Amino acid sequence: MAVLQFREAIRQAIDEEMQSDEDVFIMGEEVAEYNGAYKVTEGLLDKYGFRRVIDTPISELGFAGIGVGAAMNGLRPIVEFMTFNFAVLALDQIINHASKARYMLGGQVSVPIVFRGPNASAGQLGATHSVAYDSMYAMFPGLKVIYPSEPGDAKGLLKSAIRDDDPVIFMESEQMYGLKGEVSEEEDYTIPIGKAKVKREGSDVTVVATGKMYHVVKQAAEQLAKDGVEMEIIDPRTIKPFDIEAVVKSVKKTNRCVVVDESHPFGGLASEVGFLIQREAFDYLDAPVKRVTLPDVNAPFSKPLFDLWLPDAKNVIDAVNTVTYRK
Amino acid sequence: MAKKKQEAIFTPIGNDGSSDGKIDKAVDLPEPTKKTHKQLGLTNDQVVEMFEQMFLQRRFEERAMQMYQKGKFGGFLHLYIGQEAVSTGTTFALNGDDDIITAYRDHGWGLVRGVTPKAGMAELFGKAAGCSKGKGGSMHFANVEEHFWGGYGIVGGHIPLGGGIAFANKYKENDRVTACFLGDGAVDQGALHETLNISQLWKLPAIYAVENNGYSMGTAARRHTVNEIYERANGYGMKNAVFNGMDVFTVYENMKKIAKEVREDSMPWFIEIRTYRYRGHSMSDPQKYRTKEELEEYQKTDPVERLKTYVLDKKLASKKEVEEIEQKVEDIVLEAVEFADETPFPEDKALYEDMFAGEPYFHV
Repeated sequence: MAVLQFREAIRQAIDEEMQSDEDVFIMGEEVAEYNGAYKVTEGLLDKYGFRRVIDTPISELGFAGIGVGAAMNGLRPIVEFMTFNFAVLALDQIINHASKARYMLGGQVSVPIVFRGPNASAGQLGATHSVAYDSMYAMFPGLKVIYPSEPGDAKGLLKSAIRDDDPVIFMESEQMYGLKGEVSEEEDYTIPIGKAKVKREGSDVTVVATGKMYHVVKQAAEQLAKDGVEMEIIDPRTIKPFDIEAVVKSVKKTNRCVVVDESHPFGGLASEVGFLIQREAFDYLDAPVKRVTLPDVNAPFSKPLFDLWLPDAKNVIDAVNTVTYRK
Repeated sequence: MAKKKQEAIFTPIGNDGSSDGKIDKAVDLPEPTKKTHKQLGLTNDQVVEMFEQMFLQRRFEERAMQMYQKGKFGGFLHLYIGQEAVSTGTTFALNGDDDIITAYRDHGWGLVRGVTPKAGMAELFGKAAGCSKGKGGSMHFANVEEHFWGGYGIVGGHIPLGGGIAFANKYKENDRVTACFLGDGAVDQGALHETLNISQLWKLPAIYAVENNGYSMGTAARRHTVNEIYERANGYGMKNAVFNGMDVFTVYENMKKIAKEVREDSMPWFIEIRTYRYRGHSMSDPQKYRTKEELEEYQKTDPVERLKTYVLDKKLASKKEVEEIEQKVEDIVLEAVEFADETPFPEDKALYEDMFAGEPYFHV
């Protein structure tokens, strides 16, 4: 095992896939000469040159669509968004074209493309730079959505995403790029898309969280352990396909579940997982499923308000206490 | 006393109110080429073939319209009638492996790029034997094998796709040229402008061609956009041209020259091909935004009739031979209608097919 930063793990995945497949290239704002807004692509220009590492203008709709067209015509583009908050400008290409072209042309084209970049909030960046879009993309048929929490998962899943023959949304976090973690040194290490991982074993409550929220939940688990409450953490890693079997297996053991999700409450991952648990494990529940999400409010700038807005370990502990009837 | 304030009016209103008896035309047609087919390097047979193709597009759509009115199929039906010289002239000018992509007025493009009348009509009827297996309908004809990437339904949405197809061709250095067609309505979409800028910056081997048929749905060009359309290219330093799209030779001549240049220097073009849409935007369009006189004025320049007259005048085919071609096309189209009517709808399991190139996954 090597210990790598999140950004280094992603870079390795891109590098290895570009190395092994000439059709893979990366484009996005500042990916080439600037070496990446968050240094994910550092060094790739020197290694692969301007043909395969391409700086784009700030035209998300334009370059996302050029990526989709290039994918239809035989290439495997990695399109980097500086953040998924900017990808909103490219939604027509992602939703109306990448996810639908194959179906509406009766299978005549395929769109092997990866759209990647940071998702959700990254501190006090105001309302338009702070939204988690994973469950929104997961709503659309044809799109896979990956949102890993640790470098090892990120590398293995990104390699799988680049090799996938269909469009994949791969989400990261500005605040996790420097995070270190163990990454397998196994040659050509990949992780199958759609498989959750039990990140902590416990018998008292199941907590589902991925991306940045996984780390919030991990803190909460450490504090609860001091009180003798053992949390089982399931990191789905992939939002869609969602590995409900892994969650249900855990819930059958703990009989209680909290879903932590950094998006707004309406129609998000937390509500979907809550529904799936009641459908698949209703008789095993000793308490209603509880969710921890953002409030139905835009991201504020002011520090105390921002801290109030973002789910933290205390919110998770409160939810666990509720489902375990400890308060 | 203060002057009476001007009424706040935004979009220019209807016909501009000229009362000099002149017809308020939606597009001014530039002069067609004076060159003969020989001067353009076309053989007699090719010209006759062009006529047959254009007549096929015309009759296919006239029959499609009848079938729609008879309730044989639903959904949208955007007819290309009046614009056949654009698809035909372009396809004859391009190489067979050059790429073509267009918007939703796509039947003619499909037919000229190898969608058989049967597969086309079956697609309109939503049948499994349709060119897109009945999954797309009128707006999503495609024949990717023959480099026709399809019709797309979001105005302007396919323009970046055209840029991307050209990008991949340049990446693979395969010498193919991409022709991306759009309507005059799409000129107002941001997607066009982002794509033009990137295309010029990255030297993409693409031709962005506006088929200006005078109307963005029911809004005349002068009511939805400012200045001359082709001149927008100047803002991007892009090569541009405007020419007559009712004359197939003019389209052929220009597209041939432009495609050759694109192949040589890999610099994109933005062109405006002026044509005219005879029918409504779609089948539910009462066409109150234009006069009968205007329509009749353009019908005098009908591209199919024009070519037929040329064929007869130049004795490229006899009157009898032309009639035989017309009869043959008529039969082909009627057979296509019969086929579309009788061939089965997709089976239920088709609902879940063609979603994924890889392992399928459906959330339940």
